[in-house]
Amino acid sequence: MTAAQQAPVVRDPHVNFAYLDERTKRMIRRALLKAVCIPGHQVPFGSREMPLPYGWGTGGIQVTAAILGPADTLKVIDQGADDTVNAVNIRRFFQRTAGIAVTTDTTRADIIQTRHRIPETPLREGQILVYQVPAPEPMQRLEPRRSETRKLHGLAEYGLMHVKLYEDIARYGHIATTYDYPVLVNGRYVMSPSPIPKFDNPKMHRSPALQLFGAGREKRIYAVPPYTSVASLAFDDHPFSVQRWESACALCGATDSFLDEWITDDQGARMFVCSDSHYCATRQAGAVSTEPSHGPE
Amino acid sequence: MAPSDASAPLLQVDAVRRCYGTRVALDQVSFELWPGEILAVVGESGSGKSTLLHVLAGLQAPDGGAVRFNLRDGGPHDIYCLTEGQRRALTRTDWGLVHQNATDGLRMNVSAGANVIERPMALGERHYGRLRRLALEWLERVEIDPSRIDDTPTTFSGGMRQRLQIARNLVTLPRLVFLDEPTSGLDVSVQAKLLDLLRRLTRQLGLAAVLVTHDLAVARLLADRTMVMQRGCVVEAGLTDQLLDDPAHPYTQLLVASVLPP
Repeated sequence: MTAAQQAPVVRDPHVNFAYLDERTKRMIRRALLKAVCIPGHQVPFGSREMPLPYGWGTGGIQVTAAILGPADTLKVIDQGADDTVNAVNIRRFFQRTAGIAVTTDTTRADIIQTRHRIPETPLREGQILVYQVPAPEPMQRLEPRRSETRKLHGLAEYGLMHVKLYEDIARYGHIATTYDYPVLVNGRYVMSPSPIPKFDNPKMHRSPALQLFGAGREKRIYAVPPYTSVASLAFDDHPFSVQRWESACALCGATDSFLDEWITDDQGARMFVCSDSHYCATRQAGAVSTEPSHGPE
Repeated sequence: MAPSDASAPLLQVDAVRRCYGTRVALDQVSFELWPGEILAVVGESGSGKSTLLHVLAGLQAPDGGAVRFNLRDGGPHDIYCLTEGQRRALTRTDWGLVHQNATDGLRMNVSAGANVIERPMALGERHYGRLRRLALEWLERVEIDPSRIDDTPTTFSGGMRQRLQIARNLVTLPRLVFLDEPTSGLDVSVQAKLLDLLRRLTRQLGLAAVLVTHDLAVARLLADRTMVMQRGCVVEAGLTDQLLDDPAHPYTQLLVASVLPP
């Protein structure tokens, strides 16, 4: 279930520390520094071929490889969980190529690479959250020309972003975008927060942790420095809101976390469970005050 | 900044020249356009009409000469001396551009309503209820059934698309509209309705317009003044009725004589 229970992974002495060569890592660090200086701005970088396909987190892995130090502790999550295929393999990848310590404990991690979620446990100063980004350009669906979207970013012409939100309200009566919900960073750049649920958007606002975004296929890096304002776009009469569930987590009883729906058999039985596996496990291990509202049937 | 100069023309075009390589597409074109005035530019294909429109609309910088627009706050200003941001803001607020092909001027994959209110949103309007009312109001003004507000323009007929394009451009109440062959490709009854609508809206809103067309009937119906172009030069200009009834230049005479009587 956890990384500790798996067979120990041995550091491979034949590859450079964290797989990438030093020049590549320096190139990525330069892009990262520029990205941190201009919060929300997409910085192009020379994305490298990685030993796994695009869409599996090549952007995030390259960012992590560039910032990783030998003394760092790494946590990798996919859909909030530490034990899913991507998370397990990316963690093993860095154990093998860098020999670093890994953890599933959010509070103990120095670097957290993530896909689709921000951990429920609040992050602290000094931590770095690395996002894997499939589509860095928030306006791509409405304006496919890269030259044009760059111009729109440069002139801060963001009327287009609200076209999508308008369409949602006109069609569904409310803003139906639930993930990859566009945000305005530091009052200047509109940014795609990667496919995290909009539930996590408020956690980005003035977060004490550094947030780095890597898009491998699209060759873009962007960042949100600590304590930077991140505002979700909305209309005056249709303000931003996050999704809520009618039930609590069936395993730990949490009512404040993002819940996944689990199908438990082919008879239609299902239950709602925290998507953040570490948060859920910690609550189950500790003295859980609130009983689950309904257990698995 | 100085307020808009009321005694100055809205648009002042001064010896504009534009070449494509060694070929001269526009040569020494000059004219003035006053508020509320509609100017037709007629001529055969390849005479430089569309190039002129692109130069006026800020899409192609001229190789020589100047295009001055009387800004709301600042008076006459060379549009190519503005920053790109200022020029784009101008095209979103005080100008409109109606393309020949509606597909060029519309976002085909979003609803009609969203097409109409894109400009107000770009100007910072963030109230959904007000935007929705504005979209409904403008669809009605261009005679599109308001119940079609959430349909995409792909489901619209050619005439409806053209009217939607007009609504999308006029929603910010511009002072100057560029019309690039707005009626070509439509059948005659739809053309007549569109012309009627254009005439009504330009009069109601006091719009000035530059209308590029090869159809002399369209020029006669809409334009106060007409300019005839041949091989990049203006060969004749004057009041539309005068020019069409009593053409002076041989090329204009040929154009007028080439119209088939029904």
